Amino acid sequence: MSVPGHLKTPARNPVYAFVGNPNCGKSTLFNALTGLKQKVGNYPGVTVERKVGTAYSQHGQPMTVIDLPGAYSLAARSPDEAVTRDVLLGRRTNDTQMPDRIVCIVDGSNLERNLYLVHQIMDLGRPVILVINMMDLAENAGLNIRISQLEKELGIPVIPAKASQGKGHIELKLAMSRADLPLPRHRWDVPAAIAPAVAELQASLQDNDSKPPLIARAEALLLLTDQDPVRVAGSQPLSKRTAAILEHWKQQWHEEGTDWSGTLVGARYEAIAKLVQGNVEQSATVTDQNTSDKIDAIVTHGLWGWVTLGAIMTALFLSIFTLAEHPMNWIDAGTVALADMIKAAMPAGDLRDLITDGIIAGVGGVVIFLPQILILFFFIGMLESTGYMARAAFIMDRLMGKVGLNGKSFIPLLSSYACAIPGIMATRTIEDPKDRLVTILVAPFMSCSARLPVYLLMIAALLPPGEVSLWTRVGLMILMYALGTMGAFGFAWLFKRTLLKGEPPLMIMELPPYRVPRFKDVSLQMMERAGIFLRRAGTIILAISIVLWGLTTYPKSSDDLSPGEQVAQSYAGRAGKLIEPVIKPLGFDWQIGIGLISSFAAREVFVSATSVVFNVEEDEDDTAPLLEALRSAAWPDGRPLFTPLVCFTLMIFYVFAMQCVSTLAVVKRETNSWRWPLFQVGYQTGFAWLICLIIYQAGTAMGF
Amino acid sequence: MAEPIALSQLAKGSTAQVVGYPLNGSAFLRLREMGLLPGTPITLMRVAPMGDPIEIKVRGYNLTLRKSEADHIQVRPNDTP
Repeated sequence: MSVPGHLKTPARNPVYAFVGNPNCGKSTLFNALTGLKQKVGNYPGVTVERKVGTAYSQHGQPMTVIDLPGAYSLAARSPDEAVTRDVLLGRRTNDTQMPDRIVCIVDGSNLERNLYLVHQIMDLGRPVILVINMMDLAENAGLNIRISQLEKELGIPVIPAKASQGKGHIELKLAMSRADLPLPRHRWDVPAAIAPAVAELQASLQDNDSKPPLIARAEALLLLTDQDPVRVAGSQPLSKRTAAILEHWKQQWHEEGTDWSGTLVGARYEAIAKLVQGNVEQSATVTDQNTSDKIDAIVTHGLWGWVTLGAIMTALFLSIFTLAEHPMNWIDAGTVALADMIKAAMPAGDLRDLITDGIIAGVGGVVIFLPQILILFFFIGMLESTGYMARAAFIMDRLMGKVGLNGKSFIPLLSSYACAIPGIMATRTIEDPKDRLVTILVAPFMSCSARLPVYLLMIAALLPPGEVSLWTRVGLMILMYALGTMGAFGFAWLFKRTLLKGEPPLMIMELPPYRVPRFKDVSLQMMERAGIFLRRAGTIILAISIVLWGLTTYPKSSDDLSPGEQVAQSYAGRAGKLIEPVIKPLGFDWQIGIGLISSFAAREVFVSATSVVFNVEEDEDDTAPLLEALRSAAWPDGRPLFTPLVCFTLMIFYVFAMQCVSTLAVVKRETNSWRWPLFQVGYQTGFAWLICLIIYQAGTAMGF
Repeated sequence: MAEPIALSQLAKGSTAQVVGYPLNGSAFLRLREMGLLPGTPITLMRVAPMGDPIEIKVRGYNLTLRKSEADHIQVRPNDTP
């Protein structure tokens, strides 16, 4: 008897896909098998993380492993799930090889729901290995899973694993090394009411949509699961003939009152229930309340839930502002030392200034935020892997729902208080593309740590220390944070009603059992994300730093001017004068204009830029000379420039305006177009201008 | 046997069986695919501090959904022993 083609070892390296529900331990297993041999990037066209690695078989042969995004069903509802479906159905062969073999990872403590996806995958007619992970949790829950019996019944290798303890991956590797991986014995009857439609659709998909037979069958079944055929077809619209057949059947079922989708899903669960009943024993000794339920009784409690949330958030911000302080000082000292070294080693000239004042100072000004960003990513990773993130979303959902978002937008917005970049990158957990976009659009309103130096300077200029109480200054600071937050929520509400109107967001979310986080996985993820920040934002920051330096340096005057006068007649100074008519109604002159323009590199650059403009010898730890200079700064007619009203208006401008190139670069990356970052610049800065106009003009009229 | 009520009306801590829910709407498809089918036993675990969403236990795991969906899901409460 000859071996059928698809059972032979492929000539090239075999391609494996890792598939499973979210929270099944898939990534831990993937990390264990591929080690650091991973390529992390994005699937072209969507911002879904693409992870491909290489594992070695027991004979030392390389095997390609694709870690597909977690999915509950092939009837995809989120961009993540759509990628999983598309890779498995071979719709992404231009960027990702179609997997030859599929490793399905399921949570042993939650078999029925996890097996639903496996059941759909077995339709694909490719060799499958079933990994039953979290056997320890299953044992604790009193479940006795008969592995060898399951293996016999399904006809495929079934591997028990405890991935978090490093158990099972050797056995998995051995199974993956097998040349003769069998096809699953997949016996399930498509319900009689639907079977003829499946056959007809399959035939049409083969003939009219040129799909291979087994893929055609799987797609036919998906078309009869999801109400929306356009969503199932994704990037490959159905042929007219297939769509007509589908429509015909749906019409007929509608008349007969047949719940086709429900029947199909129900039939799968029936088949799964049969499988589980025969092979899993539930000992009666286990109580209903498990450890997670006990923790949840406190963590989602009407009072203690808020206390817990508040405590975690306080810890988060305390660590960001205290733990990051020293590394930030080191980075700062390092960049200064590096600049000094170059100043000593190179002859004076434009090139030297470009390197020290342009590149090192500019890039250093952004890299200085790396410690904060790392801590933030670490916290987000911990909150995700322990399972607390879902609880925070659960508690906050009602509040977020008031502006049309759901609880999942909470953590991204909160993270944005430290820095919008990790916040925007954390929006990937939001399934609905519109909700995700709205969250990205409003996240920069949250006052990030780069605004802090500006607020501090302006509060000091506005309220000389000693003259007013500490509480007034703290109150002013809190007001800035509150205004940003209100801006974010207000615009989210507006966008959800106008620009990005969609279905009300759902909150169908699993609350996974609490788990002890794996430090290795969290750190790996943290490093990956930090790498993306440094690489992507870094290249743009470098370019902008050079441009900004050029703008403040050229053209050079032949006269011996002071640095301040030199800046005044540079391109930046001219740009400042050029925009003066626009910002004059807000009480800002061209010198403040230069500060605003420089802030595009990073908002805190405002402080150093104004130092240059007002001719102050820069001193990091002492802003007193700068404050003196600001107080004596005046309009040409002698009126003081930095009146309390102007300081206040300037702070408000920094609350709302979009001034951060790194954020724009990340938004471009996450939305795949320049449209949204440009929109952000427009609407945020426009809104900031309008608010500042009202405040300044009203303030002036009232005599401030 | 108790009369069917909306899932959102179910008392905290009580158990029930799903009776049925609307045929249309992608929310309900996803709930089906998550294993919430007619006949499936569920337990109402808790309600979020602000009254919405709710959390149920179904097939051994915990799932949240908003009251706006739960309003349309009919369940039959189990008789309290």
